[in-house]
Amino acid sequence: MAEIRVNPTRMEMKRYQTRYQTARRGHKLLKDKRDELMRLFLDVVREDKALRERVEAALKEVYGGFTVASAVSSPKMLQEALICPKKEGALEVDHKNLMSVNVPVFRLQVQAAGNTDRYNYGMAFTSGELDSALRALADVMEDLMRMAELEKTAQLLAEEIERTRRRVNALEYILMPQYLEIIRTIRMRLEENDRGNTTRLMKVKDMMVQAQMEQNAQADEDEESETSAS
Amino acid sequence: MYKIGIIGKRDAVLGFMALGFSVHEAATVEEAAKELHMMARSQEYGVIFLTEDYAVQLENETARYRDLPLPAIVSIPGQEGSTGYGMSNLRRAVERAVGADILFKNNEPAQTEKEERNKP
Repeated sequence: MAEIRVNPTRMEMKRYQTRYQTARRGHKLLKDKRDELMRLFLDVVREDKALRERVEAALKEVYGGFTVASAVSSPKMLQEALICPKKEGALEVDHKNLMSVNVPVFRLQVQAAGNTDRYNYGMAFTSGELDSALRALADVMEDLMRMAELEKTAQLLAEEIERTRRRVNALEYILMPQYLEIIRTIRMRLEENDRGNTTRLMKVKDMMVQAQMEQNAQADEDEESETSAS
Repeated sequence: MYKIGIIGKRDAVLGFMALGFSVHEAATVEEAAKELHMMARSQEYGVIFLTEDYAVQLENETARYRDLPLPAIVSIPGQEGSTGYGMSNLRRAVERAVGADILFKNNEPAQTEKEERNKP
């Protein structure tokens, strides 16, 4: 890790300690967010998986029905029967907030023109196979919409989880150790300065004591010589 | 109100016409790509279904819309039946989020639960 140059002062240390605390709190929050997102995501994916299996099986049936229908009637007639729909499928899109991820909620709105039976062609020239294929397709519609919704949700959640995970890791493995390292460095420097100061004081005290002793000795000597002289 | 679109080969999408989907036939991949971008840009579509035969080849085009809230581009099996592409898409989402494929490796749910607990 690259060494970061900081002033080894108590104030700077205090600042980094605050930043470390903030980072730790953020890290904990993001971790909780990630866990909750993951829980939601797995639920969504499980449901989507089951739904997709069901839809794919149902669509297979539908396509089979259409194949039979097109076999028993001419392509032109088939197209004529289907090309002008009586219904108009529209989608109402709501948004739901999942852990601050905006996901769409689809609601199908089928607007039928005129009478509301499901077939938009006369019975005269079409085959029964077409009827049943269409019915099967209409039945799978709800599931299709739900699947689209779930799949989009899964994609959006996956993106958010990835981003949150990166943030968590950045805090855990880069930012927080860095702060700790800085705080440690400053503490060491301060302690070292402290020790330097103490030894200097001890040294100065020694010198002062020495000087005092010398002075005292000098004074004693002077006194002695004075008394001997008198 | 949003429209529901579907892109695919003629035989595959004809039936959806009767349900009021906005059907876009595409005979080639290039056509499908063009339709896809046009539909996605128009902002009129909430969901765009794409048959798997095209979805496989338009991977990069659909990725562009993956992280936007709308439209949802969803692959459905075409006339040839399911190729498993839709599922592999889901698996990739799981891999992206979790970092490992924990749902599709095996189909036993009990195992899945265990795997989940073990994740970091």
